[in-house]
Amino acid sequence: MTDDQVYLQRLLTEIKGESSPYALMEVCGTHTMAIARSGIRDLVPPNLKLLSGPGCPVCVTAQGDIDAVVAMVQDPAITLLTFGDMMRVPGTNSSLQEERSRGSDIRVVYSPLDALAAAGQMPDRQVVFLGIGFETTAPPVGATIQQAAEMRLANFSVLSLHKVVPPALEVIFGDPDIQVDGLICPGHVVAVTGVEPYRHLADKAHKPMVVTGFETRDILEGIVMLLRQLHRDRAQAEIQYRRVVKPEGNKVAQQTLQDVFEPADCRWRGLGLIPQSGLKIRSVYQDYDARLKFEVPDIEDVPIKGCACGEVLRGRITPRECALFGKGCTPLQPIGPCMVSQEGACAAYYRYTPDKGRL
Amino acid sequence: MKTDRILMAHGSGGSMSQQLIDDVFKKAWNNPYLSAMLDGALLDLPPGRVAMTTDSFVITPLFFPGGAIGKLSICGTVNDLVACGAKPLFLSTAMIIEEGLPLSDLHKIVDSMARTARKARICLVTGDTKVVERGSADGIFINTTGIGVIPSGIDYRPSRIKDGDVVMVTGPVGDHGLAVLAQREGLRFATPALSDCAPLGVIGRVLEKYGGEVKCMRDPTRGGLATVLNELARQSGHGILVEGGKIPVSPVVQGACDMMGLDPLYMANEGKMVVITAPRQAAEIIRDLRQLSEASGSAIIGEVRLEPRQMVLLQTELGAQRILAMLEGEHLPRIC
Repeated sequence: MTDDQVYLQRLLTEIKGESSPYALMEVCGTHTMAIARSGIRDLVPPNLKLLSGPGCPVCVTAQGDIDAVVAMVQDPAITLLTFGDMMRVPGTNSSLQEERSRGSDIRVVYSPLDALAAAGQMPDRQVVFLGIGFETTAPPVGATIQQAAEMRLANFSVLSLHKVVPPALEVIFGDPDIQVDGLICPGHVVAVTGVEPYRHLADKAHKPMVVTGFETRDILEGIVMLLRQLHRDRAQAEIQYRRVVKPEGNKVAQQTLQDVFEPADCRWRGLGLIPQSGLKIRSVYQDYDARLKFEVPDIEDVPIKGCACGEVLRGRITPRECALFGKGCTPLQPIGPCMVSQEGACAAYYRYTPDKGRL
Repeated sequence: MKTDRILMAHGSGGSMSQQLIDDVFKKAWNNPYLSAMLDGALLDLPPGRVAMTTDSFVITPLFFPGGAIGKLSICGTVNDLVACGAKPLFLSTAMIIEEGLPLSDLHKIVDSMARTARKARICLVTGDTKVVERGSADGIFINTTGIGVIPSGIDYRPSRIKDGDVVMVTGPVGDHGLAVLAQREGLRFATPALSDCAPLGVIGRVLEKYGGEVKCMRDPTRGGLATVLNELARQSGHGILVEGGKIPVSPVVQGACDMMGLDPLYMANEGKMVVITAPRQAAEIIRDLRQLSEASGSAIIGEVRLEPRQMVLLQTELGAQRILAMLEGEHLPRIC
């Protein structure tokens, strides 16, 4: 065994020695994916539950918001640019993928700057970038809006569905039906926001939190740090992911967020309307707010029959406990968004976690 | 009339078509089959079972680091024949060209097809071109169809895969997919990502001498290594267990995939083979493969098991076993 493997096994041994029934929640979709890919969930003792939280931005996008985007792209003047994951997320009656096949101009990009470049190349089209994601993706989108404003681009705008993480965590902590004893906090998000909001949450909810990286060893270290806090009845926000996360966060990105966006009430799939959890484009940049520019309607969610994504996103059930899992709902024919996104809890279970009955 | 671009008239069947054939195709591909100018090629085949395969190439961009649509259109079909256990012999091509394609691009494409075919020891014996209006295609679409003959004693059908067989791959995976993506998206890396696009007849010639010891071979193109392993598990009815740490991936591919949230095991390859052999001579086979420049990175990555049937499991660095699923939906469009 290499030194690295020896170290991993040592962490694993400490975790396997845990005898109390703790439930730890990973908030970030990238963690959900990394845990599934490394097989950590299968190696921890049964009394230790690893729950997936509301940290996949695609998954928590409200169905009504998808419906609103579908309605918007009926305008033949609009070219919608989006991250690929959003293409297949089901709305009530359609998805972006279906709308593209019906003739709407919808294209996949890898960065908001690509969208800006596209707007420059297509002066006769109204280019709308679909802004999805948390505090990590919102700053580059904000910077893109600032750049568009400097260039006075008249045919570029952003439909912001951006959200911030802490208010959703407060909802989960406030739910008496959900047992969460500690949080594996999203390393990339905290790298932007700094650790302060999580310190505040840890105090308020009296739960330990560890800001964790995304390699297997990071996640194992994060779990060990949480267990050590639990044993000492501590509730601190610690940083495991020190090579990336500074306690104060990224000031430049925070400033951009502050300059371009303001908090607004926002609907989350599975969690409902959460006050001050969304990022609305400030009125100084209203020319770049697609919601105003194209009068995008506010559409209420219509629950999908049988879909338990909401319960999964709250950590109330694990994906396999949903009646549709692997039957009506698969990554190829997803019913709920947790099966669509690469980082969705259901997709991660479906793709990586063997059904014990078959082994 | 002198022009530097493809015009609709080049597809008319008239004098401009003839000029295109003479100036571009015949010059590059000169051989007795084409010179005969018949409606089809008349071929004499050596004894043995005949393998036939066809593939269409719609890749964008047409030129990418390590390859181009021309080279790719030969390698793709040649490698499918090799994976069938056949010696590649003859090839046809049909091109659908978009009006406005620079003639210099067509020259480059046709020349690289000719060069690659020579290297692959396959003879291009018949072809067709059509021209469509601007906007109806993306530069050029190329179809190639190949035939080859399978030597006696060779049978690479997955039904021959058995419990205990050894799973190999002939080098690091994911390079082609990344090279095309990087070119398309304008991504730059410290070490440039190069497509592995190459004709692999030489691998077939090396494995031929092991006869029935080699059970099956397949090229992990679209859908990557993970998808091919799943196809083989399903078609053989067996399970496959691979060890994640043993699958070769170059640092640039691994780094770029980590950054973009992609998985190298699902990225396309155009110059690799998955080889499944009986355990007895696996060590000799891997040693012989490593002697080839096309397969110097060959590695044993796992084994065939009875259970779980029709599934692929991957052992992680922690020792846990997780599913390695088939590619679902669209990973990266138009990479071949």
